[in-house]
Amino acid sequence: MSATMRIVNGQVYDPKNNINGEIKEICIQDGKIVDAVDDDATIIDAKGMVIMPGGVDIHCHIAGPKVNLARKLTPEARRHDVHPSTPFTRSGSGGTTPSTFAAGYRYATLGYTTAMEAAVSPIGARHVLEEFEDTPIIDKGFYVLLGNNIFLHNLIREKRFEEFEQAVAWWVNATKAYTVKLVNPGGDEAWKGKKNSNVTDIDEKTGPSSDISPRQIIEAFVKTVNKQGYPHPPHIHCNNLGHSGNYITTLETMKTAGDLRAHIAHIQFHSYGGVVGKNPISKAAEIADYVNKHPNITCDVGQVMFGESTIMTADAPLAYVLKGHTKGKWVNADTECESGCGILPFVYQEHLYMHTLQWAIGLELFLLSEDPWRIILSTDHPNGGSFMAYPKLIKLLMDEKFRHEEMKRVNQKALLKCSLPELKREYTLYEIAIITRAGPAKALGLETKGHLGVGADADITIYDLMDDKEMMFSTARYVFKSGEPMIANHEFTTDSKGKVYHIAPTYDNKIEEVLKPFFEDFYSIEFSNYPVDDHYLHQHEIIKTR
Amino acid sequence: MTEQKSNKKTEEQNKNIKIVKDATCTFCGCVCDDMELHVDLDEKRIIKAKNACVLGRAWFAEHTIEDAPAALIDGKEVSVEEAVEEAAQTLVKAKFPITYGLSDTTSEAQKQAVAITDYIKGNIDTTTSVCHGPSGLAFQGVGESTSTLGEVKNRADLVIYWGGNPAESHPRHFGRYAVTPKGMFTPNGKKDRTIVLVDVRKTKSAGVADILIRPKPGKDFEVLWALRALVKGISISTDIEKETGVPLEVLTDLVERMKNCRFGVLFFGMGLTMTRGRHFNSGALLALATDLNEYTHFVAKPVRGHGNVTGADNVVSWQTGYPFGVNFSRGYPRFNPGEFTTVDTLSNGDADAAMIIASDPGSNFPKKAIEHLKNIPVVVLDTKSTDTTKLAHVAFKTATYGINTGGTVYRMDDVSIPLRPAFESPFPDDETILKAIKKRVHELILKKNDSRGASGEAKVAAAVNPL
Repeated sequence: MSATMRIVNGQVYDPKNNINGEIKEICIQDGKIVDAVDDDATIIDAKGMVIMPGGVDIHCHIAGPKVNLARKLTPEARRHDVHPSTPFTRSGSGGTTPSTFAAGYRYATLGYTTAMEAAVSPIGARHVLEEFEDTPIIDKGFYVLLGNNIFLHNLIREKRFEEFEQAVAWWVNATKAYTVKLVNPGGDEAWKGKKNSNVTDIDEKTGPSSDISPRQIIEAFVKTVNKQGYPHPPHIHCNNLGHSGNYITTLETMKTAGDLRAHIAHIQFHSYGGVVGKNPISKAAEIADYVNKHPNITCDVGQVMFGESTIMTADAPLAYVLKGHTKGKWVNADTECESGCGILPFVYQEHLYMHTLQWAIGLELFLLSEDPWRIILSTDHPNGGSFMAYPKLIKLLMDEKFRHEEMKRVNQKALLKCSLPELKREYTLYEIAIITRAGPAKALGLETKGHLGVGADADITIYDLMDDKEMMFSTARYVFKSGEPMIANHEFTTDSKGKVYHIAPTYDNKIEEVLKPFFEDFYSIEFSNYPVDDHYLHQHEIIKTR
Repeated sequence: MTEQKSNKKTEEQNKNIKIVKDATCTFCGCVCDDMELHVDLDEKRIIKAKNACVLGRAWFAEHTIEDAPAALIDGKEVSVEEAVEEAAQTLVKAKFPITYGLSDTTSEAQKQAVAITDYIKGNIDTTTSVCHGPSGLAFQGVGESTSTLGEVKNRADLVIYWGGNPAESHPRHFGRYAVTPKGMFTPNGKKDRTIVLVDVRKTKSAGVADILIRPKPGKDFEVLWALRALVKGISISTDIEKETGVPLEVLTDLVERMKNCRFGVLFFGMGLTMTRGRHFNSGALLALATDLNEYTHFVAKPVRGHGNVTGADNVVSWQTGYPFGVNFSRGYPRFNPGEFTTVDTLSNGDADAAMIIASDPGSNFPKKAIEHLKNIPVVVLDTKSTDTTKLAHVAFKTATYGINTGGTVYRMDDVSIPLRPAFESPFPDDETILKAIKKRVHELILKKNDSRGASGEAKVAAAVNPL
């Protein structure tokens, strides 16, 4: 079934094609946006409504081993947030780590049609793809964790960069990933091998024999990924996340990239001044300034939203630090030779200095950004809060008055340590369409996403235009995915699977001869059973590397 | 014996033999994926399973193709299609249908089983509820510091087994993952490790242990709690020996070893989870491992039994949010072990139809539960004839996962591993049957909904089974 449709009378926000709220017809045929359709096409009247491309989430955690551990860990978080089935859709449960079906449907309800799972250990790739098949409607991809990979560290240490490049490409192919993810590069060995310690400086020597620094690792990946031309650059979770004074590490990480492309994940968590062990102050201005001046850098904010969240990170030492605060249940999960992981339930509270400052720094970063194309909306779901909080976040950005109302309820001392109260800027619908659609699609190199030009995927969201932007963005009236109406008049009309995006950089097979002995010695599964074969991809599309 | 062997060799040379390398054994939760299977394609059986343990060898040898009907209704042979129709009708008609089993099939089949149960607003539960269910509950309470088995091989210098006998239940656990293998930071294998076994009995596993601790039966919790106290520097009276059978010096010594190792691991089995205390026991052990992270790196891991019971936990969790004991009767998943676990839905007489997949509750459930199972219509999918297939209303004979079919299984440490089938079976696999039942069930449910005004015919037709 392929719908031919004409959407008329709606205000269109399509930043990539410079369309800013004009009334414009959108025509759909065979899952794509087209110039015109026959007269007998179904007409949808979008009078009084806003039309945008489907939302694109560049950084979230929705599938795979760690997400599933978090689901198992927190039955209490979802028993009051049920997701009933409909004749066309499956049931599920919500909370901050919803079941796969609930996650897909809830993204769609907000008008999002693409989401990228931001951290997957290579050995967990098969599991992620299995969950993706059960995550309906949205298109998906994932970033593979390679920043604490012992084999790759060895190659860097021995300056075997040619083989390093081949091995990175091999791993991306073996896992069907979309790009490379670095999380607290170099920190795992300290955590697993040195009695739960961590690296604290980008130039600190780490590894089993303390002879490799995070900076060397970052540099090697940035160079390789740029050279191989991945559509999305290395996705970097810097060292020292959450620690006072970490903005220096963040600036140094960006400087390490030079003028090569790099994406800094949830940059809010990395924009703190002050001294380690003491309360931080905001360094949002310094970070925003660097990003503004360096077009090679993209970032997502990782906004903190008050209320329940789940900390879920490959940065295991960080999760352990937070466990020291919550004193509650905690999961640590080490993955052989390649990654670590920490999980715990967490609540961001308005009255706490730290949490208010985190909330304020995120908003500062948005409001100080001079190029909305490169500071992208995220809550690092579910770390800063659920993706279900996006509508409220949008309202905070679009409505200064609302912001000030909210500021009355938070820790006032923290507000003195940031510039948020002075910031008057209000985002426009056009800018919202950039930070939730056009920007992330561009940063991901997904050319058929995030816009409504001819040839784009017909992933379209139609919202009722309302004054209350939280209400407006909470429930799309229509959502089209690949030209099919998934939601019409707020109701699901059918179901679909969505597809998987991945890349396939070329490499020389000879690298397997170098890899195989390492696998035989240090992995617990056979080399031939490690790569993910194509049947786990179901519907998929390979995005070309340069 | 020698004669037999040489005979076998000439036999092998004359026959149509296929060799499958890096095949996966799904007998136990170790899920060893280094099998080399020699398959006699004419006779459709595995004649040799290189690298397999004694249990694995039996598993591969015993799964041959039996001459039996693919489907039965009330013991009479029928076509698979007829049986699918009857199964779907039975499940849709029921008010409280239950699905159970799932630990010995692929995760692909498990997905279909959850889908069916969601559509019929039934109750789904897996064999986890009768093995490591208490560990799942303990996990919800305290979390778990854990790792993949490769990390144990590479790093662990202190390995503790508690309430299990892997030498007989998971024969390759010692050699492949935790005791003797040489790893990155354990280059001398067993010499680099201290092995501790805590068990009420002196089992065959005791042979590998450097330290054997034998608490009194039913006193695991007390021993674990004392260890937690000692780790935190709280003094314990010497009375502990009278209470638990373990002298205080032994506990103190163990605590020193645990705090001072580089990477410690606590493996635990059903001797802990299914004895007095259950999830309190598992919880105490998980909490002990967590506490030790204040001093060093310490992890814990339940030693899971069936080949893909870990997959069942994972699939049910990602589809519903809960690991087992899930009920859909209100149109969304609810979790309540003790009410929605299968021993209870049967013993309490709640269930009015059942679908049992790759499991044999008919032979190992409490009498009251089996009695109820005999009184309700039961749909069974199994590779062999069992006590449960014998009482089935509809019985499917299915292909064996990992021997006849591909797919995915999850090892006890949540690592997913693909299967490499050895030879074809004339019987369909679980996934195929369940998909067919799902399709029919969804059609029937949509028709039922239709009369209540959910949608028009065209919409129903279009919506059937898009997933």
